[in-house]
Amino acid sequence: MSYIRKVPNTWWLKRKPYTLFIVREITCVAVAGYCAFLLYLMYALRQGPEAYAAALGLIMSPTSYVLHVVGLLFVLYHTITWFNVTPKVFVFYVGEERVPAVVVAGAHYAGWLGVSALVAWLLLGTGTPG
Amino acid sequence: MAQTIELEIFRYRPEQESEPTLQSYEVPYNEEWVVLDAINYIKDEIDGTLSYRWSCRMGVCGSCGMMVNGVPRLTCAAFLKEYYPRKILVEPLDGFPVERDLVTDMDMFVAKLTSVSPWIIRNEGEEKPLEEGTYLQSPGELAEYKHYSMCINCMLCYAACPVFALDTNFLGPAAIAIGQRYNMDSRDQGRDQRQEVIASHDGIWHCTLVGECSTVCPKDVDPAGAIQRAKLSSTTDYFKDLLMPWGRRT
Amino acid sequence: MSLRHDIVIVGGGGAGLRAAIAIAETDPSLSVAVVSKVYPMRSHTVAAEGGAAAVVKENDSFDDHFKDTVGGSDWLADQDAVELFVETAPAEMIQLEHWGCPWSREPDGSVAVRPFGGMNIERTWFADDKTGFHMLHALYQTSLKYSPITAYNEWFATKVLVENGRCQGVAALDLMTGKVETVLAGAVIMCTGGAGKLFPFTTNGAIKTGDGMAMAYRVGVGLKDMEFIQYHPTGLPGTGILITEAARGEGGIMVNKDGYRYLQDYDLGTPLEITDPNHPVKKSMELGPRDRLSQAFIKERDKGGTIATDHGPVVYLDIRHLGKKTINKKLPFVRELAKNYAGIDPVYVPIPVRPVVHYIMGGIDTDINGATQLPGLFAAGETACVSINGANRLGSNSLTELLVFGARAGEAAAAFATANADLDVAALEAQGADEQQRIARDFINKHGGTERIATLRREMQETMEDGGGIYRTEATLRATSEKLVELRERFANLLIEDRSLTFNTELTSALELDFMLDLALAVAHSGLARTESRGSHQRTDYPQRDDANFLKHSLAFKTEDGVRIDYKDVVITKWPPEERVYGRQAN
Repeated sequence: MSYIRKVPNTWWLKRKPYTLFIVREITCVAVAGYCAFLLYLMYALRQGPEAYAAALGLIMSPTSYVLHVVGLLFVLYHTITWFNVTPKVFVFYVGEERVPAVVVAGAHYAGWLGVSALVAWLLLGTGTPG
Repeated sequence: MAQTIELEIFRYRPEQESEPTLQSYEVPYNEEWVVLDAINYIKDEIDGTLSYRWSCRMGVCGSCGMMVNGVPRLTCAAFLKEYYPRKILVEPLDGFPVERDLVTDMDMFVAKLTSVSPWIIRNEGEEKPLEEGTYLQSPGELAEYKHYSMCINCMLCYAACPVFALDTNFLGPAAIAIGQRYNMDSRDQGRDQRQEVIASHDGIWHCTLVGECSTVCPKDVDPAGAIQRAKLSSTTDYFKDLLMPWGRRT
Repeated sequence: MSLRHDIVIVGGGGAGLRAAIAIAETDPSLSVAVVSKVYPMRSHTVAAEGGAAAVVKENDSFDDHFKDTVGGSDWLADQDAVELFVETAPAEMIQLEHWGCPWSREPDGSVAVRPFGGMNIERTWFADDKTGFHMLHALYQTSLKYSPITAYNEWFATKVLVENGRCQGVAALDLMTGKVETVLAGAVIMCTGGAGKLFPFTTNGAIKTGDGMAMAYRVGVGLKDMEFIQYHPTGLPGTGILITEAARGEGGIMVNKDGYRYLQDYDLGTPLEITDPNHPVKKSMELGPRDRLSQAFIKERDKGGTIATDHGPVVYLDIRHLGKKTINKKLPFVRELAKNYAGIDPVYVPIPVRPVVHYIMGGIDTDINGATQLPGLFAAGETACVSINGANRLGSNSLTELLVFGARAGEAAAAFATANADLDVAALEAQGADEQQRIARDFINKHGGTERIATLRREMQETMEDGGGIYRTEATLRATSEKLVELRERFANLLIEDRSLTFNTELTSALELDFMLDLALAVAHSGLARTESRGSHQRTDYPQRDDANFLKHSLAFKTEDGVRIDYKDVVITKWPPEERVYGRQAN
């Protein structure tokens, strides 16, 4: 008779990588929540200036700041996880030598920084565009 | 020898007990010893009833995987000095049914391995006759699948995988990596046949990317990478079929 | 109750799997059982590192491979077998390539080859330095394709069943249930590997206890050339882990405590500088044969040239000059093993090494088809002695041997089983029941013993090393024989602690020791009777090769009161014995 060990509900506390994994899974909720909020903002925008102003008012609250910071951290955690996976998925060889993981992941990080800089420039571009 | 180290070992004797127990042993501490040496010492000198698997003692036969202080390890490559003077807890690999003491069920893996058709598949009539010699395979083509072929079937990746622990139907890291090993081999033409198993619900899509399989792998096979690559190519297949249904592979 | 197949193969290593596939391909209607005491991928073929020999280069030839092999064997190999072996080898290697073995490649995509000791030209096919591992996994995974092959994994065969003068199956202990099952077949092929565990310091895994040899021996089959034990010159001290000969094939050098390449003092040639483009010179210095290199170590030790360590005397294998890139590419496992088990990185530090028991040239006496004297019983691989290895096996011939003769034994057994399908089922089942009773009575239910298995095993291993090591004399071998007789008596007083029927590894250890005690005595007696020095069998009291009396295979038979030694002529087809020269002609 073989013995089957039960997996305790706390299995994800047993080892740090499991805990980090579960935390990452939970971050999805935050990401989804933020998406819903963005949709709500767009909805408010469509409802007219007053509704939009009210929605913006919600954002300005201290609670909202805290939620945004937490949301940002979660999204960053998510992003870093997936960027770090990219070398596993995109495997390139130059001759027999595999392109090192740092190069593949690094390219993603560089692209991310580039896009972020572009967005920042568009949004905060000191109002010069005509 | 003055110094000793304590090993606490998972015992399960199906004919005697319905629940496993932990048994403690005091063995001489030798800093050149691996955990397997200490277990062999117990078997040889203290308690002949302890059961476990081992053979090569050089990290290539894949027999001696166990949980050492909660982490899947080849016990022939886990040195006592990594733990000394703390005590060492040795348990059978997580996720698998325990047959006795440190011996787990292996048939489950053999069935999974067989299901991915782990052999070179050639199209009907395209096998190269022996008289025509070997297939050509450039070092680059070899490098494409080589690291997946390094799997020693030690099961550490399964023991590290919470998805497998929660649902043993999961095809699992090693079997998928070996399937990929053949898919990526320039001599093979069997990917479509393997996809039915690999790209199924119990295959790659069951994986939630915990990534521990690759961390614990003693041979750097990177099964997590194999699975993510299989997901990517499977997704590509899906979109190709969707956008170009006339090109659908049969 | 019994299980019925057409052929039973005992052992799921390289030879067993190759035989199984050969049968499945020869006649898919035949059902094949592979009975193995471990899951096949655990078999010790997995640990072979350097490579497998087969002629592939334009400037190589069958004749060269033949000569290297026969010379390497000190003329004790059967030349008909060697001819067949070298001619079949390339096709077998190509076959394995078609089955997916990841052979290392040249830039143009062809298979790469490298030199090994005792070879006059590069002919070793390799998959990095994990060749056996890759071959075994390719064979195992390929074997899963064939539905006529049934695997009985973790079934420990304990007895060959003979009825009516024919081998008709085996009794095997199912480790998970503790039941002895009777597996019947028209033919049985033993592919159980070697018996390195007869010795204390060996590259062999725990499972290499010579079970198949002992089972055949017990039913009256002769064991051939058992006195020839190969010491590999480069094992890691302490653990005995193998550092492959490929390290020398790639240019590694052996030095003594003064950094001096001591092999030049032992008739192995004159060294070239490591920077010389012609280094390493084939069949010279570090690329001499294993027996000569191991013997040179002992002489160097006696001269005071070795380095004393906690694990006994060592010399150094230096591969630093190959550079990190080559080491990582061609010898990654050497680096991994040295780092893990010797605590040094060979890229920067020379590797301490000493000779270690690696292979047994002897084994079950078979013909070139793997057939033994017992109709229906076949053997292949290290457990068999065809013999292509004679008094000293050439590095990288064993992996090829298990393919060539595994396949041949499979085909021959298939033909035999087809012609001999009628079995004496009732009598065989009765034998199986007796075997179950014997195991229960002598082991599981045995009470009152006091001798620990490990103690007897250790004493056996020590006496084998003391009396049957690299150099032997009549006195040491006689002392060993007497000690073995004593150990056999003490074995009757074995202490049994485990009464369980589920995965009882104390039981399997006891059964293995039982087998090994038989084999050890056969080794010692074969060594005693051969009063000459040839290849790996070096008698200091008889230092010369004696072709007049001993150009013969010894055959050990089990008798009531010990061992009977008989002889059989060596087959010489085209190359009569000469002096065995290494290094000298290189100058």
